[in-house]
Amino acid sequence: MLYREVGQYKSSYAADMAVFPILQDRIGIAVILVIAYVVFPLIGNDFLLNTILIPFLIFSLAAIGLNLLTGYTGLLSLGTGAFMGVGAYACLKLTTIFPHVNILIWVLVSGLFSSAVGVLFGLPSLRIKGFYLAVATLAAQFFLEWCFIRIPWLYNYSVSGAIEVPLRTFMGVPMTGPTATSLTRYLAVLTIVVVLTWVASNIVHGRIGRMWMSVRDMDLAAELIGIRLFRTKLLAFAVSSFYCGVAGAMMVFLWYGGAEAEVFAIDQSFLILFMVIIGGLGTLIGSFFGSALIYILPIGLRLIPGNFGVPIRPAAAEQLTFVIVGALIIVFLVVEPNGLARLWQIGKQKLRVWPFPY
Amino acid sequence: MRLKLLALGLALVIAAPAAVTAAQAEDGIYIPLMSYRTGPYSGAGIAIFNGMHDYLNMLNARDGGVGGVRLIVEECETGYDTKKGVECYDATKGKHPVVSTPYSTGITLQLIPKASVDKIPVLSMAYGLSASADGNDFPWVFNPPATYWDGASAFIRHIADVEGGFAKLKGKTIGLVHLDAPYGKEPIPLLQALAKDYGFTLKLYPVPGAQMQNQTSLWLDVRRDRPDWIFMQGWGAMNPTALKEAIKVSFPMDHFIGNWWAGGEDDVRPAGPEAKGYSALGFSGVGQNYPAIHDILKYVVDKGNTQTPKEKVGEVLYNRGVMNAVLIVEAIRGAQRLTGKKQVTGEDVRRGLETLNITEARWKELGLPDFAAPIHLSCADHNGHNGIYLARWDGTKWSKASGWIEPIKDKVLPLIDSAANSYVSANAGWPKRSEACDKSS
Amino acid sequence: MHVLYLIFVDPFMQMVHSPDLLMQTLWDGLVGGVLYALIALGFVLIFKASGVFNFAQGIMVVFAALTLVGLHEHGVPAFVALGLTVLVMLVLAFGVERLMLRPLVNQSEIILFMATFGLTYFLIGFGQLVFGGNPKVMIAQDLYLPSGAIEWKGHFGFVSFQKIDIAAVIIASIMVAVLAVFFQRTRIGRALRAVADSHQAALSVGISLEQIWVIVWFAAGVVALTTGIMWGARSEVSFSLQVIALKALPVLILGGFTSIPGAIVGGLIIGIGEKLGEFYWGPLLGGGIENWLAYVIALGFLIFRPQGLFGEKIIERI
Repeated sequence: MLYREVGQYKSSYAADMAVFPILQDRIGIAVILVIAYVVFPLIGNDFLLNTILIPFLIFSLAAIGLNLLTGYTGLLSLGTGAFMGVGAYACLKLTTIFPHVNILIWVLVSGLFSSAVGVLFGLPSLRIKGFYLAVATLAAQFFLEWCFIRIPWLYNYSVSGAIEVPLRTFMGVPMTGPTATSLTRYLAVLTIVVVLTWVASNIVHGRIGRMWMSVRDMDLAAELIGIRLFRTKLLAFAVSSFYCGVAGAMMVFLWYGGAEAEVFAIDQSFLILFMVIIGGLGTLIGSFFGSALIYILPIGLRLIPGNFGVPIRPAAAEQLTFVIVGALIIVFLVVEPNGLARLWQIGKQKLRVWPFPY
Repeated sequence: MRLKLLALGLALVIAAPAAVTAAQAEDGIYIPLMSYRTGPYSGAGIAIFNGMHDYLNMLNARDGGVGGVRLIVEECETGYDTKKGVECYDATKGKHPVVSTPYSTGITLQLIPKASVDKIPVLSMAYGLSASADGNDFPWVFNPPATYWDGASAFIRHIADVEGGFAKLKGKTIGLVHLDAPYGKEPIPLLQALAKDYGFTLKLYPVPGAQMQNQTSLWLDVRRDRPDWIFMQGWGAMNPTALKEAIKVSFPMDHFIGNWWAGGEDDVRPAGPEAKGYSALGFSGVGQNYPAIHDILKYVVDKGNTQTPKEKVGEVLYNRGVMNAVLIVEAIRGAQRLTGKKQVTGEDVRRGLETLNITEARWKELGLPDFAAPIHLSCADHNGHNGIYLARWDGTKWSKASGWIEPIKDKVLPLIDSAANSYVSANAGWPKRSEACDKSS
Repeated sequence: MHVLYLIFVDPFMQMVHSPDLLMQTLWDGLVGGVLYALIALGFVLIFKASGVFNFAQGIMVVFAALTLVGLHEHGVPAFVALGLTVLVMLVLAFGVERLMLRPLVNQSEIILFMATFGLTYFLIGFGQLVFGGNPKVMIAQDLYLPSGAIEWKGHFGFVSFQKIDIAAVIIASIMVAVLAVFFQRTRIGRALRAVADSHQAALSVGISLEQIWVIVWFAAGVVALTTGIMWGARSEVSFSLQVIALKALPVLILGGFTSIPGAIVGGLIIGIGEKLGEFYWGPLLGGGIENWLAYVIALGFLIFRPQGLFGEKIIERI
């Protein structure tokens, strides 16, 4: 009743091809943005902002990055963690060498370094396909991990061997470092994620996105209709690594505030891949759903015993969390192999005919 | 229908954390333990947290807490994962913890900048950031009784004793088998400095994290280089594998010494009797033969209020947990003495830690005679650089094999200073110490 | 110039000067390679029959070993525990087929891959819940596995052969031989190869896919148990053992996902290659390069043969 497109006329192609052609969708997005920008900062405590929302947004961005590569272009990559690491280390080096430039600019620029590395390791993708390519990207993962540990220049020769995040301010307000409040960091992360998501959505709805999807659906056919495979695949690697790099830089600078190379280990790559697949391959909104489910679900499960007085030891609760998350992943795949984004679509479809289903 | 249920379930689970309720203030001193009883390193974690848990509960059962206030001990499981550690910290922060015990280098690094902001002192007992021994730069972080640099220097002092003086070290080759991670690489600068001073050659044998249980080629290198001594900065599954491989290349066990994270029962048990003669550094006594441990058996273990099997009480890492608990409790006592309050806060406990002074007599009073070297902290020195001893594996159990070995302080302290300075300068805007200094008791 | 000498001359000089070390390296590489091949074999069996890239192979290794040792800790005699563990792996195979593969039939490869991640999580949690998370000692003696070493001394030095390694090589060889005979000569083996060629064609001649899946998952479980025993005896049984499975991935891309001989040859190439590389060239980079070296070796082969050495030729049609 409320959600339908009847009576919304389009008088130009541009309007018809808009990302949100329906008025209700636009209202919905506006409401979400208002909640994110106004309501959460007003009601949010440190736990909500720092432990839930900031990581959720960062993982969503990384998932969008991997989704561009795996979901849209069909190239399976297991090197996400390392590409995030490249972004983080590049950001550290940049802000060390040029401390006066705004840190948020460096966070974005560091993505370019990640892009370059991504293209380099994407080179074999023309010859190698499917799981063979996935395993080849593991070479990038392990080699880069080794570099993060072995090249002291990357972590400024710090004795702890970790990235130590310096204080950087933006118009006098601390953005990074120990004195930056979770609120400023949250707003910075939110803004970057919103802007980059908007960019990504424009990319995938445009010419480039269509090229990627045709490569995904059948690369041989795509080549025959005149798409240059090599360039297209490398472009996908570049854009995807850019997103992952920015996510990595944000993770260290705006969330952790200091990290060891260990956080960019292979587990991180797998985690992001989970999010992409559970959320839905080839959808942007799915990346957010996947990130919410995979990251927030275990936190929720861990909080249940404490808040509802279930007498269970924390260790056993943790083990049960593993069992439940594992089982849920399988259940989700069985119930909806196309991911949460597909559920969302079904839900929208139902809403459209509500309350008179036919 | 299925769709609706699924969506509902999803929404519930995801909304649950948002509805996290503010903790109701209970009467007592709240001590959260960031435990890792799961995950790849759970072997060490289970023992340590059993020790901490049992000692604190013993005090509750025997004395009714500390200074008449009950201790509220709550574990939060991190699985040795930095993400979950930070989550635990944020989740427990609202309940006014008096101290945080991060128990992983990664989590410690996260908490160091937060400590001064949230007014919760970090007690990282002989792990974490070595530079944080400097109390002037890190007023909220404590890492007694020794840093990894103290450990490595005690190792050098020990082998100098065995070889017959520091002069005899000249021309020797010393190998460092280390985990290829910041933790494992930490002793390198100190050993390099000592190598220059005493004229020995340092050889590095890194073990990448993913290769912990696959060290064959590294030990072939050892066989080629034939170092005179090997020091192992190892962790988790790396230790038993290294021992087995060392036996394979017939490296003499009595010239193979591990640091304190390579000296638990689980580390040597797989190699068993063949590892006889291997020794490891330690700073807390082994065995059940202490009055306080007897009390733990009597008040906690025999009553069944614990997960610890009786025979595991008194193992190396269990006792390390006990020692960690003692440090927390002594700091709380100090805080109560300084402030005159019973219900102390994190700020008070920071002062208590800064004036921590556990003498030999005090260890005895605590029912732990000669359990650890005397520990004395001050405003400038948050570590103490205390004595370390050598425990030797006789094939079935660990036993103390040396007196208290002093670290080579004049080599360690300059390193701490420069490391603290570089930390502060790298973290531009690091707050200056504003906390007043209390007189030590 | 000096760098070139270090890269191209010095390692070979070393090999000539101390042949004992070279032989030791080759032997250790061989043993490592055989164990990698064993893990890779588990992957190949499942991939061939059901097209599932089974990420859970690593955790199956840990889970099998943990079950064995855990049962023994509860007082079950060693060989009874071994039998029971085999039974547990059978139950697991049934469970996987019923609850995971059957509902997911006809889904894309990546979904099935993802499902094995779910299985991995499940087994990590379940294994710890039942047997506890602390590391355990493999009951090598109770299983009559030999310990100690045979030292072979020549005038140029000595080479030591660990008895457990020799046992590992022998057992792995027997295992591979048995599997090969099983799949070449028996009815079930032929059915499996038919399934690997084409699911539809196999179904149409009356082969039960479900049955074949249970059999391959069970076979992979037994292979995992063997690997777990061998690797557990070399160090300890703990959850960090699962990263060992990652070492099988370069072996897989080198040998091809669908080829049993490929897994074996690939295992040997990776095992020996990475040991030689680490031992002779590793010190130039400060050591510890073994981990990515295996992937680089595999990647090198892959550039020339994108489907691995023994993989089926990829034929692309529109």
